[in-house]
Amino acid sequence: MDSFWSVLGGAFALVFALDPDLLEIIGLSMRVTLTAVLFACLIGLPLGAAVGAFRFPGRTLLAVILNALMGLPPVVVGLVVYLLLSASGPLGPLRLLYTPGAMIIAQMIIVTPIVAALTRQVVEDIDREYAEQFASLGVGALDRLLSLLWDARYSLLTVTLAGFGRAVAEVGAVLIVGGNINHVTRVMTTTIALETSKGNLQLALALGVILLLIAFSVNACVMALRASAVRAAYA
Amino acid sequence: MLLEASDLVFEAGGQRLLCGVDVSIRKGARTLVMGPNGAGKSLLLRLLHGLLKPAQGEVLWQGTPLTKQAMRAQAMVFQRPVLLRRSVLANLKFALSVRGLRGAERAEKIEVALAAAGLSHLAKQPARVLSGGEQQRLAVVRALACEPDLLFLDEPTANLDPASTAAIETLVLEANARGVTIVLVTHDSGQAKRLGQDVIFLQDGRVAEAGPASQVLGTPRSEPARAWQDGRLYLGANTRSINDRFRRTF
Amino acid sequence: MNRRFFATILAAALIGGATVQSASGEDKFIVVQSTTSTQNSGLFDDILPGFQETTGIEVRVVAVGTGQAVRNAANGDGDVLLVHSKPSEEKFVADGLGVSRADVMYNDFVIVGPEADPAGVAGGRDVVTALKAIAKGATPFASRGDDSGTHKAELRLWNAADIDAAAESGDWYRETGSGMGATLNTGIGMDAYIMTDRATWIAFGNKGNHEILVEGDPRMFNQYGVILVNPNVHPHVKAELGQTFIDWLLSREGQQAIAGYKVDGHQLFFPNANDGSS
Repeated sequence: MDSFWSVLGGAFALVFALDPDLLEIIGLSMRVTLTAVLFACLIGLPLGAAVGAFRFPGRTLLAVILNALMGLPPVVVGLVVYLLLSASGPLGPLRLLYTPGAMIIAQMIIVTPIVAALTRQVVEDIDREYAEQFASLGVGALDRLLSLLWDARYSLLTVTLAGFGRAVAEVGAVLIVGGNINHVTRVMTTTIALETSKGNLQLALALGVILLLIAFSVNACVMALRASAVRAAYA
Repeated sequence: MLLEASDLVFEAGGQRLLCGVDVSIRKGARTLVMGPNGAGKSLLLRLLHGLLKPAQGEVLWQGTPLTKQAMRAQAMVFQRPVLLRRSVLANLKFALSVRGLRGAERAEKIEVALAAAGLSHLAKQPARVLSGGEQQRLAVVRALACEPDLLFLDEPTANLDPASTAAIETLVLEANARGVTIVLVTHDSGQAKRLGQDVIFLQDGRVAEAGPASQVLGTPRSEPARAWQDGRLYLGANTRSINDRFRRTF
Repeated sequence: MNRRFFATILAAALIGGATVQSASGEDKFIVVQSTTSTQNSGLFDDILPGFQETTGIEVRVVAVGTGQAVRNAANGDGDVLLVHSKPSEEKFVADGLGVSRADVMYNDFVIVGPEADPAGVAGGRDVVTALKAIAKGATPFASRGDDSGTHKAELRLWNAADIDAAAESGDWYRETGSGMGATLNTGIGMDAYIMTDRATWIAFGNKGNHEILVEGDPRMFNQYGVILVNPNVHPHVKAELGQTFIDWLLSREGQQAIAGYKVDGHQLFFPNANDGSS
């Protein structure tokens, strides 16, 4: 086997040679993951905030469940989504199996509990501070929820990042429901898995480096945004 | 009476923190709630405002039980100002929006409030980078912008320097002059003398003494109020104060 | 500050939202449930563009183990099944899940192992003798262990050698439970003997110090068959498009395309659609 460093060197060569196939794979990865994270946030943010801010029967149980679901094994999610979307499954008529839509659904299921559980924690902390003032002002339930989400927005960016990180690195579920079909459902992680199984370790590692660079850039952007917010005391 | 409470009992963690407190707040008056740490002053304020529900007893607002609607005729300023993670302007905007104000009417009230607090030049600043005094002034004018009939203040100047304290007191006196009833918790004897009309003196979750400031602060009849006036820590009817021990030894 | 925050979120949302439309696209495609060996060897990447050019049909290949491919197809999650385990394929058709089965091509299995060859099997043609030597010396052997076509073929050979390999699982017999490539990576890492299809091995990029030690035994013949999933069982199956693909694979043109695929000068698959009885 080549030495570690020569493999790494080859990886960077590939990074800078960006060919169209690679760009397509990167593009699909980003679209699938960002869409999944977007939907996960649309569900997870209000859900987490509601559990964090409101007192209702079963609230603690719900919080425990959300925390537990953060550890959901992706392959299990993949299997469940496969069985649902399979032609023989209840959602078979949607014809979503082996499409990016199926991958988005799988990633969304994996990411939503992460977003919801972390949001609950963040919102609960802010609510502890705001609760009396909001009650004194007579703020209604919906306004309260939205205000807490808005005032937690920079912390919630970090929450979203955690979800993004999990989704973009996920391979088990998208492999099962996407099928790793060339030009249709092949994303960064499934390509890495494929190239590894072909013994093309150098290419696999190169793709891994690209994935890392993307994750790094996204994180850097968000952190920069957050840092400017901290300076302005909004976070 | 604007606000009355009878036989208020509040319990937490198996402990009775307020035991049978009776309170009457005169409309338009400045009432001080005083007493040593742990006497239940902040707790009483929260019960009167409706933030907490008593285990027993009742709070009457203008003769009828306290409702969410009645709470909107009141406002409260906390010891540590609770400001949103937004600009000074947005903090005022938020409070007024909750009261259903929009557009020009809201903008006008914001302008008045900013001017009153001397914060006009800081309107676009994040509220949380203001100094402690500025933050508390913002909290006070935010509460007053909602045009309450009654304003609760829970040790609003406990963390402030003398100049900032004076500014808060001015805002309070101005509001009172406009007819806003004031209920204020304080430890500061000077502030008590400057602001007090009525005084409720609490000790161990009970009203030790209530009446005009001149009486409770000038010639107190109860032992706890007397001890407070002398700067002694009251430990109960049969126990000598720690401060007495100190004086005797040295 | 607020405006910038919104703009950032909005941008992310728009980029994400764009995917939903692009997900569907035109409908003229079929899903082929197939095996990792055909995909990992690069065969499909080589021959499918030609097919799409002449017919306009896009072929979407889901490459999994034969066992899983058959199960997926049984669920109706595919129009065509192209795998290499004749007994499973015949059962699939007998169960009414497939229309009919046709031979497409073959390649063969080989035993690869470390240069040092501790079991001393190098150069042999008799796979049963080789397996017996490996078992006798208790030298590590990495098995797919995943119910794939290769795994099933391997089990048939152990059976022929009268060795209960499964009983040694965890000792010298190591079941990876993974695809061919992953099993090769693992087996090479532990200096184990591995049975692999020749196509995957030739195209494999991480051979280490492993080489082909046993080859040429007729019992290591690896036949691929193609089946149209039964549209009477799964009405959504694109029978017409699927049949077009199958017909093309079995046609002179398709068979030539298969024969023409070479890696490093080696032909990987040998078309035999018209040789056999089926």
